[in-house]
Amino acid sequence: MGGFLVVLSPFNLMLMLVGILLGVIIGVLPGLGGANGVAILLPLTFSMSPTSAIIMLSCIYWGALFGGAITSILFNIPGEPWSVATTFDGHPMARKGRADEALTAAFTSSFVGALVAVLVITFLAPLVAKFALKFGPAEFFAVQFLTFASFIGMGKGSPFKTLASMTLGFALASVGLDSVTGQLRMTFGTAELLTGFKFLVAVIGLFGIGEILGSMETGLAFTGAHARLRLNAVLETWKKLPQYWMTSLRSCIIGCWMGITPGGATPASFMSYGLAKRFSKDGHKFGTGQIEGVIAPETGAHAAGTSALLPMLTLGIPGSPTAAVLLGGLLIWGLQPGPLLFIEQKDFVWGLIASMYLGNIVGLVIVLTCVPLFAAILRVPFSIIAPVIMVICAVGAYTINNAMFDVWMMGVFGVIGYLFNKLKYPLPPMVLALVLGDMAESSFRQSMLLSQGDLSIFWSNGLVGTIFGLGVILLFWPVISWLMGMARQGKTA
Amino acid sequence: MRIKKLLLGMVALAALAVAPAQAAWEPTRPVTFLIPAGTGGGADQMARFIDGVVKKHNLMRQNLIVVNKAGGAGAEGFLDIKGSPKDPHKIIITLSNLFTTPLATGTPFNWKDLTPVAMLALDQFVLWVNAESPHKTAQEYLNAVKAGADRQYKMGGTGSKQEDQIITVALERVTGGKKFTYVPFAGGGAVAVQLVGKHVDSTVNNPIEAVAQWKAGALRPLCLFDAKRSTYTDKVTSTMAWSDIPTCKESGVNVEYQMLRGIFAAGGITKDQTDFYVNLMTKVMQTPDWRTFMEQGAFNPTVLTGNEYRKWVETAEKTHFDLMKEADFLHK
Repeated sequence: MGGFLVVLSPFNLMLMLVGILLGVIIGVLPGLGGANGVAILLPLTFSMSPTSAIIMLSCIYWGALFGGAITSILFNIPGEPWSVATTFDGHPMARKGRADEALTAAFTSSFVGALVAVLVITFLAPLVAKFALKFGPAEFFAVQFLTFASFIGMGKGSPFKTLASMTLGFALASVGLDSVTGQLRMTFGTAELLTGFKFLVAVIGLFGIGEILGSMETGLAFTGAHARLRLNAVLETWKKLPQYWMTSLRSCIIGCWMGITPGGATPASFMSYGLAKRFSKDGHKFGTGQIEGVIAPETGAHAAGTSALLPMLTLGIPGSPTAAVLLGGLLIWGLQPGPLLFIEQKDFVWGLIASMYLGNIVGLVIVLTCVPLFAAILRVPFSIIAPVIMVICAVGAYTINNAMFDVWMMGVFGVIGYLFNKLKYPLPPMVLALVLGDMAESSFRQSMLLSQGDLSIFWSNGLVGTIFGLGVILLFWPVISWLMGMARQGKTA
Repeated sequence: MRIKKLLLGMVALAALAVAPAQAAWEPTRPVTFLIPAGTGGGADQMARFIDGVVKKHNLMRQNLIVVNKAGGAGAEGFLDIKGSPKDPHKIIITLSNLFTTPLATGTPFNWKDLTPVAMLALDQFVLWVNAESPHKTAQEYLNAVKAGADRQYKMGGTGSKQEDQIITVALERVTGGKKFTYVPFAGGGAVAVQLVGKHVDSTVNNPIEAVAQWKAGALRPLCLFDAKRSTYTDKVTSTMAWSDIPTCKESGVNVEYQMLRGIFAAGGITKDQTDFYVNLMTKVMQTPDWRTFMEQGAFNPTVLTGNEYRKWVETAEKTHFDLMKEADFLHK
């Protein structure tokens, strides 16, 4: 484990600390995502040794993964796409005055997810790298289908409202350039719509602004205000966590799998949440502030975010936007990502892997010590904090593409979010369709091109057939469980 | 008002009188460096590399701010710089989408809206197959396509109606009317991996996108879409260097295509301002870092500036128009 010796030099440890802190800040500010943060800092690292550079940049990445959860829980504003699912239960917990618990659960489960993923990378790297090669367009579509299927029935209200919400998400996702035909769709000749609706702009508006509009209506009372300050919250929460080991384990598996294939951290968090809700005995309470609803997506997202580095290193395909930027960095430092990196650049690879272990431990300590501090933010009166949140949201929306148009869009989405809440339309299906719609559409159409329109490509081999089959089972799970219930009743009667 | 103008005129005159002694124009605030492509791709890597070299060697007093504007196959970035004519603090790196995007999508934009600064290099394309494929030469492979069923062979590529698909259509001229099934993916790295995983039969990846897989023995290069072989003779694999890959013409496949990696500035800027960027890029290209970068990506290090560059772009635009017209890719 020479890697640890590389990392433990004082200079590298300092870089690690700086990286984590920067990353947390980047993660907290919506809009300035990990990818942008790493891209901005990339040129600064050209004068460092590649190992020091990757340590600092990957620590920014870990920091951003941690930081994304903070605003999701406190203000219902996901700082990063993969923290959207964390808002579903994390924010209700904060409103009930349990922000410190939610934060501790989020950070701890992120850490667990990352740790498991690093262990997978350390011991199974060559094996799993080969597995990723099996993924063609049909397999990708099957995975995306599975994600949607595990999420159907999420909404508490009418299934038709869920469907309407999801369809609107698909419609919004299709605006912009169609990657399969190279044609512009639904842009109506406006230059602003060329890029389509950006996921983060929509999410900042729907969740953050929508939330503030809602709170304003209930008389400027931000209900999290009565949060007590408990200094032992971390320890108290830790006592509760072990009983959710099953959720944790499931999310770890989903996360590692999604990171390696590479499906990405965002679908991993949604899928983990969807499955946790389905299989938990408290499933019906999800969305009201269940600690499991925080553990699942955070574990999944972090496991995926970490294991996404594996296909990047071994195959040169980035598992996430941030990994894509890091990949560019590797080339600039004179390293060639690919199957030979593990053999030719041992120092670099094991230094990076060691920094994953240490970076996550350092990160966990830093964010956990700050939990009471973060939770205390909620004690600030709403009339003061609301304008601040508005400003942060606006800055975030602007930063994504340096465009004023996005700030207006954020406002529009805010109103939509408010109306959705009023009319009891669920937001998650729309957000899910918005983030995955594009990818699912192109995978589906790529598969259709490959098979020349033959749908049997989705069960043409064991792998794709299994994933697709699982998806179908999950899709009809409500019907199946109802039938099983009927059968059991029939027997007892 | 008039007095103000007069004063301004006097100041300007005074400035002119002093000017010859000093260096010419220089940016007075940070320069926005646009990338009409996403993070992680070839253009992005090059732009960020230039930024790194400029910072490392202190080539400029002001900073470069690198911004990705990838929307609509790069249309977003091009419309951005078109929208600020005479702004000397904005430059853009281009790839073939300088031509293909307006032609395929009808976005109201043309390179003539910009000021050409310099061609930094030409990016190569190589025809790749999986290392386990029975086809050893380009001729063999294309004969197989000719003999096979229509659309039996699958070509993976980056984007739609862009360079990879244009090359594919050009290849179909020598396959006796048999077409490839072209499957567009989001990025070059993903395309190479799809070929390693045998989800497609061939690709026309840029060298830098596929070199790692080639080194590892997973891919086989068949031919280079250039008039001459590469000049890089250092061994990449145990037996082959870039220079050992035959040109497609040598292999009896008369198709050539290279992609512009060049810099443009906003339209209507002065000669002094253009010269500053030409000098800056020349300095970047003189660094050893740049030479290493060129070799890694097996770029064709052709450098053009001024009128020669303008002429090259004009010809390239014509070539793209013809190729895309033939392929029926033009926006209607």
